[in-house]
Amino acid sequence: MARAIGGTIMKWLLIAIIVASTSVGEVLQAIGMRRHGEICDFRPGALGRAAGRLACNGVVIGSVVAMAVSFFAYLGLLSFTDLSFAVPVTAVTYVVETVLAKYVLKERVNWLRWAGAAIVLCGVALVSL
Amino acid sequence: MTSETARLRSKTWACALIVVLTQVFGNFFLKRGMPAELGSPLAYITVLFRPWVTVGVTLLVVWLLSRMTLLSWADLSYVLPVTSLGYVLVAFVGRWLLDERITRQRWAGILLIVAGVALVGGGSAPRTWRGQSGEPS
Repeated sequence: MARAIGGTIMKWLLIAIIVASTSVGEVLQAIGMRRHGEICDFRPGALGRAAGRLACNGVVIGSVVAMAVSFFAYLGLLSFTDLSFAVPVTAVTYVVETVLAKYVLKERVNWLRWAGAAIVLCGVALVSL
Repeated sequence: MTSETARLRSKTWACALIVVLTQVFGNFFLKRGMPAELGSPLAYITVLFRPWVTVGVTLLVVWLLSRMTLLSWADLSYVLPVTSLGYVLVAFVGRWLLDERITRQRWAGILLIVAGVALVGGGSAPRTWRGQSGEPS
């Protein structure tokens, strides 16, 4: 019984860590990639140079650190839950990120996207029941 | 539709396809190789060297890179809904390849996610933001 409760707490704690660190990581990633500009040249040398420039970009480094935290928390979650639970439940980040896209990245989010986002969220909630 | 729009559209779709497929199969291989419990902090590192987990991590690295590439020209609020299709495919993979039991609520949720993705992906332009570097020469 105590073990079961401990497992539930552990589960939602890991989910909270994943949601927070993924959201922060994604927003930093978007800011960093915009600062870099559109990637148009897909030849290996050019991609390597783009990767080199990105590796020196502080915002991109911050996003990678946040993603790493999220990844290890996700490994922990995945070890004791179903794949069809762990993956959809982390999609909660999606709603946090749409809000951040609007207010931090100043992207235009029209009502259709909001409606789509809301429906996807309902779906995610049902999936995680 | 101008050729520039067509180029951007096919580039966006090709990149989104890679993002979705690597996410789905990366997660599948990760789960396939994962032990039932990660007891110590060290276990979080050693687990990375299990063959299936290594394959999964490699695919997820490709996922991360292809997603960053996509984000260099597409809005986060466009990329998120489109690639959320991967969450749906993951459920199918869990059901068919990992024998996970998926309840009726979960399938209903999957249908809702598909509807939401169709609503957002159907009408919006691939690009709502312009880069500082301008158009490629």
